[in-house]
Amino acid sequence: MQEVNNFTPNIVAFCCNWCSYAGADLAGSSRLSYPANVKIIRVPCSCRVNPMFVLKAFQQGADGVILCGCHPGDCHYVTGNYYTRRRMSLLFSFLNYMGIEKERTRVEWVSAAEGAKFSEVMNDFVAKVTALGENKRLQDLRVKEE
Amino acid sequence: MQKIGVFICWCGSNIAATVDVVRVAEEIKREPGVVYSADYQYMCSENGQQLIKNAIKEYGLTGIVIGSCSPRMHEATFRKAAESVGLNPYMVEVANLREQVSWIHKDKEEATEKALILVRTAIAKVRLNAPLKEGESPVVKRALVIGGGIAGIQAALDIAEAGYPVDIVEKNATIGGRMAQLDKTFPTLDCSACILTPKMVDCAQNEKIDILSYSEIEEVKGYVGNFSVKIRKKARYVDETKCTGCKICMTKCPSKKGLDEFNMNLKTRTAIHIPFAQAIPNVAVIDPEQCLKLKTGKCGICQKFCGAGAIDYTMKDSFIERQYGAIVVATGFKPIDLTAFNEYGYADNKDVVTSLELERLMNAAGPTNGVLLRPSDMTHPKVITFIQCVGSRDVSGCGKPYCSKICCMYTAKHAMLIREKYPDTEVHVFYIDVRTPGKNYDEFYRRAVEQYNVDYIKGMVGKVYNENGKLMVQGSDLLNNEQIVIPSDLVVLATAIEPEPSVRKIATLLTASIDTNNFLNESHPKLRPVESPTAGVYLAGVCQGPKDIPETVSQASACAAKVIGLLAKDKLKTNPCVASSNEMMCNGCSQCANVCAYGAITYVDKEFRLGGGKTEIRRVASVNPAVCQGCGACTVTCPSGAMDLSGFSSKQIMSEVEAICKK
Repeated sequence: MQEVNNFTPNIVAFCCNWCSYAGADLAGSSRLSYPANVKIIRVPCSCRVNPMFVLKAFQQGADGVILCGCHPGDCHYVTGNYYTRRRMSLLFSFLNYMGIEKERTRVEWVSAAEGAKFSEVMNDFVAKVTALGENKRLQDLRVKEE
Repeated sequence: MQKIGVFICWCGSNIAATVDVVRVAEEIKREPGVVYSADYQYMCSENGQQLIKNAIKEYGLTGIVIGSCSPRMHEATFRKAAESVGLNPYMVEVANLREQVSWIHKDKEEATEKALILVRTAIAKVRLNAPLKEGESPVVKRALVIGGGIAGIQAALDIAEAGYPVDIVEKNATIGGRMAQLDKTFPTLDCSACILTPKMVDCAQNEKIDILSYSEIEEVKGYVGNFSVKIRKKARYVDETKCTGCKICMTKCPSKKGLDEFNMNLKTRTAIHIPFAQAIPNVAVIDPEQCLKLKTGKCGICQKFCGAGAIDYTMKDSFIERQYGAIVVATGFKPIDLTAFNEYGYADNKDVVTSLELERLMNAAGPTNGVLLRPSDMTHPKVITFIQCVGSRDVSGCGKPYCSKICCMYTAKHAMLIREKYPDTEVHVFYIDVRTPGKNYDEFYRRAVEQYNVDYIKGMVGKVYNENGKLMVQGSDLLNNEQIVIPSDLVVLATAIEPEPSVRKIATLLTASIDTNNFLNESHPKLRPVESPTAGVYLAGVCQGPKDIPETVSQASACAAKVIGLLAKDKLKTNPCVASSNEMMCNGCSQCANVCAYGAITYVDKEFRLGGGKTEIRRVASVNPAVCQGCGACTVTCPSGAMDLSGFSSKQIMSEVEAICKK
């Protein structure tokens, strides 16, 4: 772990508006810190996340992508997170096959009341991705040249 | 090319102490498309909003980005400001620099870098924003109240008072809820039934209120202003319109061994019964698990004796469907199950009772007719020991991590009432802390200690065991630093309360969010405490968090005010961030309709020109914007990429991803 601790990964986090984004807000107002390299994109529901967005993130140089949604059964849109669960498990195993380690991708359920969980999840995710080092697999090299 | 304005808020020192706001505003000026950038102490203030408005007018801004607190806080404020000077409110994006940056990061350099990235991400999105127009939907002028306890009763009465019809759906055979079970109420010691039952009668007599007792919510469709709710009326085997409440059936029913839930199972009742004397509706109900006729086909005595001919053994559950503009959830609480608390011997000793059981033992309409007798041998207990925080403030996993809030006060009440009525009784109370915030609450507790000489012992109880018919309460006395054992005749457990378990199903049906303890979440803990994040759903009473009667009633009235405000409108503005399909790309495969939870997608045949004078009729998806809730499930399912979501388009999110990843 020591030799990679200079590396700061770039993490894209998709958070649903109703649970996880509110959970992130609660983490914020409760001053529960997590690394600054996590950047959140707000989506109405985790099921709005197209697998293309995840691929795009890796292509553009993200080192990890995490999706957060409401707990199963608690989706604001009734069933959205079930679609997320299926789509992403398929996508993540495909990515794993392509050489993107499964620790770089994650789906987590974080409710609006779980600020502490949000912070814990992000700390843990960043630690795991940091340990893996930079993601080079899907990177579009043209992106770097610009 | 858009002309973008960027406004970085200091939020006093909330953002500015950690983020170099001046540098962010300066550096962001170099972003393509940004024609104006400024920082200000409080963007949400009158002056801050004026700054935004002036800039929009002066620079002809077509899109703005505010770097401030969470969009869940002030997005609406800034949208309104933009709209007031003619900029479409959906051309506003918020970069969350407070909750996601300054409040969680300490290093100023790192925080400023992140702030820059978040603002650039918002700029990338706003470049692709398009003006959106809100639609309108009508409001059904009727409210639904789920739960007929004091919360539901108060909410319904207040809504009806304003002239709107209300339905109360109560799962039990009568309204009244937990408050009907209580003996006296703190801090005034007035009789619970005396102040509750007139309100129950008011509900029954109010022509705007329809009480659907012994009923449950089965299905909820629709959205704020226009919910469609299917209600199951459980078979009570007694015709409500015929039963006169004469109770002759109860005197004749041979099946007398049913446990009386209203009396916390401390008494038995007949299979056909009216839960308590002041029940509303005052109509009998048959317990199908206990009724001989329904179980074996032999009996039918109640039908024979019923002068009104109200008994109908063939009755089946029936369903009604009604439309509502707003829904109040007031499902209440129950004491937690104590099986995980072996140390108190609740399961093995009849004389270890919960506080709610004690309420019944002290109530004139209870199993002992109000004479305090211990359940095992019906003798007067001489030494009574109360144990507080049973299952509350318990992080071991057995109980609940939260404070149940009402126990300190009702234990003081119990102790006081017992000492008042039976001065020869010795009363001990084991407590961790005594919490008495509230008007006249601490004074009340002091009376218990000073005037009634109740023995308060700071410390926890390790175990309760039976020794020669005495309940030995072994605990620690922290102030005297010693272990003590109190031989007692009756032990009362101030049991933690939890949300009524049926609330889980109701939350799912309403898509209302719920926390880890099954309490429903409010929209904002301070500023929107009675509103669920799901529009049109309001929360009253313990379903939202532990609270006593005065707080419950205030919250119920607050809900009613919110509901009345909603129902007073003829039309509501609808969220314009909805899906739409590009008909040129759609191949009519129906996959989007399959994933839509709202049935918002239908198919239409459309004629397309092919060139050379030829046309073709194709089936294409069509989204009903009034029904679409904007989740985006269809956009990802669509194999041809024809579906997109306004406000969260694929291009917008892609550009956000790009902005975040850009090094």
